[in-house]
Parts: sequence; structure tokens; C-alpha cells
Amino acid sequence: MLEGARTILGLPEPEMVATLGEWSRELALDLFTAMAQLRAFDERAVILQRQGRIGTYPTFYGEEAVQAASVRALRSGDWLFPTYRQTAVVTLRGCPPLVPLLMWRGHPGGWHDVMEYRVAPICVPVATNLPHAVGAAWGAQLRHLDLVSLAYGGDGATSAGDFHEACNLAAVVGAPVIFLINNNQWAISTPVNKQTKVRRIADKAAGYGMPGVRVDGFDVFACYQVVREAAARARAGEGPSLIEAIGYRLGPHGTADEPSLYRDQAAGLLWEPMEPLRRTQMALVAAGLASEIELDRIRDDTVAGLRNIGDAVEACAPVTIEEIATTVHRETPWGLLPDHLREPSWTPEAADGG
Amino acid sequence: MSEAAGLNMVEAITRGLGQLLEEDPDALLMGEDIGANGGVFRATAGLLERFGAERVIDTPLSEAGFVGAAIGMCLVGIHPVVEIQFDAFVYPAFEQLISQAGRFRWRTRGAYGLPLVVRIPYGGGTRAPELHSDSPETLFSHMPGLRVVVPSDPLSAGELLLAAARCGDPVIFLEPKRMYRRGRQALPTKFTPGDLDHAVVVRPGDDLTVVAYGAMLEVADGAAARLEQEGVSTRVLDLRCIYPLDRESLLGAAQETGRVLVVHEAARHCGVGAEIAALLQEEVADALLAPTLRVTGMDMPFPLSQNEDDALPSVERVLAAAHTMLEY
Repeated sequence: MLEGARTILGLPEPEMVATLGEWSRELALDLFTAMAQLRAFDERAVILQRQGRIGTYPTFYGEEAVQAASVRALRSGDWLFPTYRQTAVVTLRGCPPLVPLLMWRGHPGGWHDVMEYRVAPICVPVATNLPHAVGAAWGAQLRHLDLVSLAYGGDGATSAGDFHEACNLAAVVGAPVIFLINNNQWAISTPVNKQTKVRRIADKAAGYGMPGVRVDGFDVFACYQVVREAAARARAGEGPSLIEAIGYRLGPHGTADEPSLYRDQAAGLLWEPMEPLRRTQMALVAAGLASEIELDRIRDDTVAGLRNIGDAVEACAPVTIEEIATTVHRETPWGLLPDHLREPSWTPEAADGG
Repeated sequence: MSEAAGLNMVEAITRGLGQLLEEDPDALLMGEDIGANGGVFRATAGLLERFGAERVIDTPLSEAGFVGAAIGMCLVGIHPVVEIQFDAFVYPAFEQLISQAGRFRWRTRGAYGLPLVVRIPYGGGTRAPELHSDSPETLFSHMPGLRVVVPSDPLSAGELLLAAARCGDPVIFLEPKRMYRRGRQALPTKFTPGDLDHAVVVRPGDDLTVVAYGAMLEVADGAAARLEQEGVSTRVLDLRCIYPLDRESLLGAAQETGRVLVVHEAARHCGVGAEIAALLQEEVADALLAPTLRVTGMDMPFPLSQNEDDALPSVERVLAAAHTMLEY
């Protein structure tokens, strides 16, 4: 599955240790910390869902390396276009974790400030975010702004029409955009071999006239390198890139999903040793970049930082529907004003059955 | 074109687009065949030469892709005006418009809107092939977060286009292509942005109001002229804004004339006429001297050219409905 994929952590140990030894300790620890923050968020969100404090939640357990690497490999001014499985990447741009957790509680406070963090609102229908990333990158190029954009997708997204239109348009106009496809081999219950006849999703890039690279999606260092290289190409005016990060969806599609209905759980266990946080920790220790105790402390701190966040999630006061109605347009149309929001026969007294 | 003769609607749109590009350095146009070709209706004729290929952009054939890209462009400060080549060609971009564009401000809790205009030549009466004559206004006015605007003559086309570009939210700008080259008006060299919230009374009257928009305004006015000859004082209201509807003008028409007839070429079922009829009977039923009747297109695919006149509302059909209401 990983043939042709760039990897560092997958090298024979002496070679891996030697390669990693050339990395700065500061950057390596930063990547590890970002992954730990994402993991702590994800685990906390699942707990909050089990406690009934948030609704159904799409866990990203196992995708931390790709996500952390992608954010850290770009600059703060670059735009990110997430889907529902990357709701926490905005926290790596400084957004309080409370915000994306509120999203999953169904509270409008879950919408983050897109301009402050340069992270677009999540797109729920897969692949619909890809053309947006093309437009932002292309627009930046037209305006001579020094920025690139990156859009996330999964293997399933590559079957959607918007994937094709986005890739084609980006390549034609030379937009500085990175399509980061996390091939976790499952789109809910559909395996990747029923999604496409192409064995390597990266090969699809050739059809659009752009480079496609494969990378070990459980390797934060290799992911960081390939995103950096794609961003450098984009900044140099060499256009878009497609990155296929190969992984495996270690968890369910979401908290409401029951994977035992459709996949062999034993096969999944073969991928469990690739779990990226533990794998990174072992590599950092082996390479002498950090100690086990120090990395444990980083993990413990990130977990501790979110331990009581459920109380804050629950404490957020609900927003009235009248207030929400004023957020749809700049000038609120009459039908969304309080007197017209409901039918003419409605009165406040009617709310009490009067 | 000699200026003395005035401009037709498509020339007015070209002028409006040129003004937009001149006044707003962040504005750009994109669409299929709009550059050297000037658009299939020539609405962008000459603009590539004036503003260059970075502001008058030919796109690949990909409505979802370039409408989606226009959404992304807004995030980096661009004000895109997108041309959809023909009405029914907007359907591939429907998801980007309703699942993405219309929801963007709401997703930012009101903070950021998309300054996006989607121009769509629409409607029948031009003997065009299948899927070149649709009237999709109801689809967009039913879905949240979009404004839907329809000009009816060269001046309103220029003024409403300028207003749409400044509105700060996505606007579906439906251009009645049947009116593109139908009549000229003396126009200002610079348009003043029009009013996106109000209908306009184009003919005053007290006995009956005919509400219409786009190419149907001509039909409504033709019927009104005949009714005047019969001694029926007929008001003609150019709706212009499909979403939001001008509630005051519509309720006022019912209260002042007692009879409101709606004409549109879009299909009848769940159409704009249904919405207006419902609004009137919910709010001013007592003022109505007759039920609100609708003269509309049919609940079928818009006919091929040999039968399109059967589906399009005509002066005669409007008169028949008006007589029914007057005799009620």
C-alpha cells in the first residue's frame, strides 16, 4: 500500500535515526506537540459525545500527523480549507478548542473567525471545499499576494465532480494550491478499491498536468517535507500539487458509525502500530531528539488542558433564533426580522399555548 | 453603436460591467468565452481589450469549479462577477451556490459576506435549443442567503448590476435574454446603483395591479394598455427583486387596487406567483376584491421552440385572467 510513498519513520531504524538526527529538536518537538494537541482534542471530543454533551462527532484518530504537518509546513498567512474531519486544525492557528467543540454541540459559537485564522468554514459535502481553495490561491496570485492555499480531502472526495473541476482549473491557471488527499482507505463503509480503479490516487494528478506525490500519512516528518515542497513550488509560480497521504482510518467514520458491519477489524489491527503519535514519540526518543519522560509530559499537559472544557462547552448560553436570523444577510430582509420570522398568527403568548 | 440611438439591454450591461471594473480595482469578471469572444451574447464585448486577461477571465467549462473558485476569491478580497452562459447551465453550480455561497455569511455569524454576482441570461422566447430557456428564479429565492434580482430594461439592468456588485452578499442576477436587444434607452454614461429592495410602479392604476418582472413586464404592460382602452385603470408593478420581495409595494397594490395578478414565465408550481398570492391572503385578505390569479409557464420542461409561445404568458392570457378577476 505504501509503495512509492515518501517516508522517514518507515526507513530501517539506523537510517531513520540518522535522517531524523538532522532535524532541529525545536521543529521536531513542535510537530509532536501539535499532534498531541490534536489527539487530546479528538479524545476529549469523543468523551464529550459519550457524555451527551456534544452531538455526533467525526473522529480523526490516526490523522494527526497529516493535519499537524500540513498546518506547520505552511505560513500563518496561508489559507486552509478543511472538511468536517479537520475541525481542530483551526486550533493549531490559535483558535480556542472551545470553538470547534461548540460546533459539534450545534451552537453557532462553533463558527470560528475565518479571516483571523485564515481557515475557511468546514465544508460538509466532500470535495466542495476544493474549488474554494483554488479560487483563494488563484485570486492571491492575481492580486500578487504571497500566499498559498491548502485543501483537505479524503479518498472518497476524489470521486466527486468538484475534485475534477478544482484540479483541472487549478492546473490550467497555475494556482498556488495544494490538494492534500488523506487516503485512509475508507469512505464510511466504501473501501478505496470501490472508489476508484486507480491504484495510486497520486496518479490522478498526471491527468491534470500537475505533480502527484505519495507520502506515508502516519509520518509527520515526511508529511511536513512534502507539504513544504508543494508550498515552495506554489510560491515559485510552479502551480498546484496533489499529495496523497496514505493512511488507514484507525477509528470509525464517526461516533455513530459501526465499522464491524462492513470491515474486518483484524485487518485494521495490522495498521495500529502505525498510530502516529506513539510512532513519532518512539522515533524522537530513538533519534535522541527528546526523552520519553519529556514527551509524556507534553502529552499529559495537552490532555490536562482540555480536562474541564466540557463545563465551558455546556456553559455557553444558547443564541436566540432571532439573533441567528440577522446573520444571514448584511441587510436583513424583512422576512427575517423578529415580527416576520414566524407566521403572522403567532404571538409571544401563543408560545405558552395561550 | 451611436450613442444618440440609445443602448439596448446587453449594451447597458456591458457599460455597467465596464463601470464596475473601472470603479472597483478588486472586481473581475469570469466565465466561459467572455474574453476575446465577448460572451455568447456579447455582454463583455471589448472588456478584455480594456481591462486585460487578469480581470476578464475565460474559464474552463466547469460551472461548479469556477463558481466555487469565485467563492474562494472573495476570501482574498476579490469581487467576482461570474457569467453563466445560459440559464440551465447554472445547475452544475447549484451546490456551490446553495450549499456554500448562500451560507457563508451565516457560517461566520454575520461577519463576512461574499461580494459575488452571478449573471445568468435566462428565459424563453428566443427559439433556442433545449435547456437554453429556463427560468430558475424560484430555486434560488427558495434557498437561503442569496438575493435574486431581475432587471427589465436597459436602465434597470445597469443600475441593478451596480447595486448587486456593492451589496456585499451573493446576488443571482437574472438577465431576461429575450430583452437583450429589444428596444433602446438613452442612458447615463455612469449608472447610479439601483435599489435592490423595491419594486417599481411602471404604470399607475387603481382597479387592478399586474405584477411582472423581466421579459414578462412587456407582456404585462401590453395587457395593461389594452385594459386602459377598456376603461380599466391598471397598475403595472415591475417586481425587480425576487428575493427579498418588496412586501410594502405588494400589500399596497392589494390595498389600493383590490386585485393583484401575477405574471411569470417560470413554471406555476411553487413559483413567485404562489408566494405573492400566499403573502396577500395571509396579510391583506380583506382588501382583496378578487382572488390573486397567476399567468405562468407550465409545469413541464420548457418546450422546444415550435411550442414555446404556447408556454409563455401572452397579452391575451393576461387579459383573460384580468377579466376573470374584474368580473369576480
